Amino acid sequence: MNRINQKLEKSKRLLSIYFTAGYPNLNDTVTIIQNLEKSGVDMIEIGLPFSDPLADGPTIQASSTKALQNGMTSEVLFGQLKNIRESVQIPLIIMGYFNPILQFGVEEFCKKCSEIGIDGLIIPDLPVDVYNDQYRATFQKYGLINVFLITPQTSDERIRFIDSISNGFIYMVSSASVTGSQSGFGEEQTNYFQRIEKMNLDNPQIIGFGISDNTSFTQATEYAKGAIIGSAFIKHLTSFGINSVDKFVSNILKA
Amino acid sequence: MNYNVNEKGYYGEFGGAYIPEMLYPNVEELRQNYLKVMAEPDFQKEFQQLLKDYVGRPSPLYLAKRLSEKYNTKIYLKREDLNHTGAHKINNTIGQILMAKRLGKSRIIAETGAGQHGVATATVCALMGLECIVYMGEIDIARQAPNVARMKMLGATVIPALSGSRTLKDATNEAIRDWINNPVNTHYIIGSAIGPHPYPDMVTRFQSIISEEIKWQLKEHEGRENPDYVVACIGGGSNAAGTYYHFLHEESVKIIAVEAAGLGVDSGESAATSILGKEGIIHGCKTLLMQTKDGQITEPYSISAGLDYPGVGPMHAHLCKTGRAEFMSITDDEAMKSGLELSKLEGIIPAIESSHALAIFDKKKFKEDDIVVVNLSGRGDKDLDTYINYFKL
Repeated sequence: MNRINQKLEKSKRLLSIYFTAGYPNLNDTVTIIQNLEKSGVDMIEIGLPFSDPLADGPTIQASSTKALQNGMTSEVLFGQLKNIRESVQIPLIIMGYFNPILQFGVEEFCKKCSEIGIDGLIIPDLPVDVYNDQYRATFQKYGLINVFLITPQTSDERIRFIDSISNGFIYMVSSASVTGSQSGFGEEQTNYFQRIEKMNLDNPQIIGFGISDNTSFTQATEYAKGAIIGSAFIKHLTSFGINSVDKFVSNILKA
Repeated sequence: MNYNVNEKGYYGEFGGAYIPEMLYPNVEELRQNYLKVMAEPDFQKEFQQLLKDYVGRPSPLYLAKRLSEKYNTKIYLKREDLNHTGAHKINNTIGQILMAKRLGKSRIIAETGAGQHGVATATVCALMGLECIVYMGEIDIARQAPNVARMKMLGATVIPALSGSRTLKDATNEAIRDWINNPVNTHYIIGSAIGPHPYPDMVTRFQSIISEEIKWQLKEHEGRENPDYVVACIGGGSNAAGTYYHFLHEESVKIIAVEAAGLGVDSGESAATSILGKEGIIHGCKTLLMQTKDGQITEPYSISAGLDYPGVGPMHAHLCKTGRAEFMSITDDEAMKSGLELSKLEGIIPAIESSHALAIFDKKKFKEDDIVVVNLSGRGDKDLDTYINYFKL
């Protein structure tokens, strides 16, 4: 059983953290991952930086630009993560845009992930139908979970379809926005969370976008299995460095 | 061989809609409606009327006698430079603003490089009374001040793109992000034959008025509809797409696509995507684009802001790959020389983009009785500063 599925079965109020690999410094990747696990994070999304991150706001754009300047590439990232499973047990997901993966070779990329012990991928600009027609078999061959996004604008019919081809969790984008653009949830969002909750989907949902603190994390996990924090964590890294990861996490998780 | 888009949104292996889920409803709404809306008699009537009365179409097909004499072949210029706002861009923005209105959108966004598409979008928004936001790279804002002023006079808000290289590619990213943030009331008027399906096809259809007119105009001039060659410059490729459209399946018509070589194809400062590019994903479609080995999109260079784009539209990638079109590349110097030459020989100051298309006559020999139609996509007013600095006028 994939580590993601195991974790989803066992956890409530699951906290997943996104960070950009190669930021703030090229070789911080492994330390950040280890520090996150030690701090009690349930799952990690390792961001593979891209020159043109269409779905991201200014914070992740800036961390991606810096990471690329630092020399991050798919090859470098795989090198850094080579022995990651000797020290880290929690599920690890690589999140990146499609073009760098396409250039690496989709099969070769999946193979590398599987060798290292990466559990899943999130590729925001890989369309559902292209995945289904061309890449689903490859992902399955290497035991990788592909995670799809839904938004408040996604129709029920499409959500059902996405649910039917998912085998881990559904990434619920909290509002119509790029990453890092809001904080906290209003009535519109809670209505949407409730609507999805009532659909009784096969795959659990994890909410992302717009979660930055204990309040929004608590709110999100009332309706979903867990929540993902990205931009707020990167801002914390920028201000306080990679050794204060536990401070950020304990603030989010405080009861 | 089919050179048009197929029902899945592909030209051969290129095209598609590689977009984040956040954009899916917007793009899907457009995909389901664009052909239906364009086919409505009421839409066609309004579109044709505006092209005639507001844009000033048909644009002339002009036999350039002195240029023809110099190169010993028969050269016709399709005068898109005479359109309102000075380029072919307005054909598409008129079409898309009418589309946006029929889809019930109240807010228009656009990206622009040199500002031509931004001006053409601001113009139609003023005409229709719709809110207009134009994203433009911070660096382009500084070097294209007159077009920024035009957009402002027309009532548009110009927002600087501060990310990445702060040019056209980044302005496009910002416009896409805006659309993600405003999925319900906003229509994104893409200015080139790029982006997720159905944009390349929709933009091509709106621009196809160019080749539609060439056909009947050439018939009047020469007694035949088909020239031997059609020639256009290519950045993203909207003027080229319009120039080729009705000739794509006419085997006797040869197609020439002219890219910007910048300082030279091997100089590291170039925008010759067909040579330097590789298959990949940019701005929502699979096409040829300039990128690093690791799949990061690189910065192109051309003296002409309109050709300064790291990709080409998916239709053109297909024309290149299948060999249907011959791709040529022209350096800054060659283009500038041809711009000056057309000014002196014909009294027409071309946009530097169009000058690239004109420069092929120094590189390629045509037969005396060949009929070559070159799309003169825009006029040179916007480029006066560049011409002045280059030629120390």
